[in-house]
Amino acid sequence: MSMTQTISRPVHAPAAGTAALQVARRALLKYIRTPGLSVMSIVQAGMFLFSFRYVFGGAIHAGSLSYVDYLVPAYVATIVLFTGGGIAVAVAEDKVAGFTDRLLSLPVPRLSLVLGRTLADSTTNAWSILTTAALGFAFGFRLTGSAADALAALGLCLVYGVVFTVVFIVMGLFAPNAQAAQGMSLIAFVFAFISSAYVPATSMPGWLQPFSKYQPITPMVDAVRSLIAGSGNDVGLALAWSGLLLVVFTPIAVLRYRRAR
Amino acid sequence: MSAVKSVAAPAAATPALLEAIGLTVRFGKVTALDGLDLTAPEGQVVAVLGPNGAGKTTFVRTVATLLRPDGGQLRVLGRDVVRDAAAVRRDIGLAGQFAAVEPAMTGRENLEMTARLFGHGRRAARRAAAAVIEQLSLGPVADRRCSTYSGGQRRRLDLGASLVGAPRLLLLDEPTTGLDPVSRREVWDAVRGLAAAGTGILLTTHYLEEANELADQVVVIDHGRAIATGTLSELKASVGQDVIEVSVADPALLLPVAELLHRETSAEPRLDQAARRISVPAVGGPAELAFVIGRLADAAIEVEEVGVRKPTLDEVFRTLTLDQPATERSLI
Repeated sequence: MSMTQTISRPVHAPAAGTAALQVARRALLKYIRTPGLSVMSIVQAGMFLFSFRYVFGGAIHAGSLSYVDYLVPAYVATIVLFTGGGIAVAVAEDKVAGFTDRLLSLPVPRLSLVLGRTLADSTTNAWSILTTAALGFAFGFRLTGSAADALAALGLCLVYGVVFTVVFIVMGLFAPNAQAAQGMSLIAFVFAFISSAYVPATSMPGWLQPFSKYQPITPMVDAVRSLIAGSGNDVGLALAWSGLLLVVFTPIAVLRYRRAR
Repeated sequence: MSAVKSVAAPAAATPALLEAIGLTVRFGKVTALDGLDLTAPEGQVVAVLGPNGAGKTTFVRTVATLLRPDGGQLRVLGRDVVRDAAAVRRDIGLAGQFAAVEPAMTGRENLEMTARLFGHGRRAARRAAAAVIEQLSLGPVADRRCSTYSGGQRRRLDLGASLVGAPRLLLLDEPTTGLDPVSRREVWDAVRGLAAAGTGILLTTHYLEEANELADQVVVIDHGRAIATGTLSELKASVGQDVIEVSVADPALLLPVAELLHRETSAEPRLDQAARRISVPAVGGPAELAFVIGRLADAAIEVEEVGVRKPTLDEVFRTLTLDQPATERSLI
């Protein structure tokens, strides 16, 4: 082995922002370079929209709206609950593969690990949200209100993308392996389905309605629908839920990263 | 650190590479490290040897600040791993049991990323990655994605990633487990080169041979305690002697052979009923084999196979844990 070049020792530990960007860059490269990952979310969204629009949709009565106009905003708002399992799996895989150990053995600020992951996965979530919105138009969704309102609704969905990224990161950190992470992420389906997202909550049996009404997904979905309709009702409540989830789950993620295993 | 109270510390200006005093780490009810004591001077290659579950990996993870000790003290180059964890992380490089490289990135990308995370600026990171690529002869594959690497190349890259921050202590957890002999040699050569350049190294291994090839100091741990520490020659003198092994076809011959071996070598033979095998330390060296064969022939005992071999790790452990009185376990 030749030792013609010596490596200098870094003078300082990396800045939090630099470290977060490096962590994010790696997670994004993995997402982009792993065949199928970026296409999977589109295929999944297409299958879901097809099933609900053409298979179940005819049997669901959504009040004054046509079902496609009822469904699409809600599905765009909740798409990250279906694709987010991939985040939990990636985080759990890093832990099992020793990648997290490597990161934790480096002089990297612990917050940067969560920030970097959140940055990367919020970006992939944004990709899912935007492609799903485009698909929604292809399946027959049409705007009733102004474009500005629609953009505000889309922006709100992107906020949800960040919020649920952190939630799924926490799941991945608590899961002992990738399979368990996949299983744990199914809990998101419960919240997605027992909400006002795909059927009006009033069509559910009485004992189920309180859960549907008071869990965060219902106001989050309602806020997106109301923005598209031009009223903006529920946006405050939806943002409050978003803030609460971030405030609760971010410290858990940081602390959990610290402990690794 | 107060210098006033450290009476036991030697007057040396440079702090020890590693200093563990009564180090204890528990996982719930399981005690993984049970009062481990260990000291290694700077620049040494220390091999931690032990069976699965002995606490080797726990020790490495504690040194790497990934686990917090439940008791005792652990200092890396004079810095406490709990109170001064951030400073310790700037001094160490970790290559764990699995190659922690990103398969979707090229070798160079992996190295540059790790260099940035060590704190290098962009240009310094590029230089560090290039230097490591040259040092570990990764040039031909450096710009290929790691998913195309062989197991040996991946391990070497992982080793490289732990080097881009020029650590003063390199931690290698079973660096060659699962590698073919050629790749194993490659990793050994790399480790030797680093040691020659003055990097302190802590490595864990199952293999006596690996410790033999690389280490200045060997620490044998079992049930979370150091049961033997010493230089290789000290360890060898105590437990490294060859073993004479006799197998018989007829199980009824096991006892007569064992008695004969005991009588003739005055060492304690060990019986393996299932394999119909008797082994005994070759106290007089390999030459004793001829003597034993002669005695067996004189006694007209028909044996299947007689041979001399190196002691297995298992035998070393038995020697260390059972054959010596508790008070004489330290080899120093």
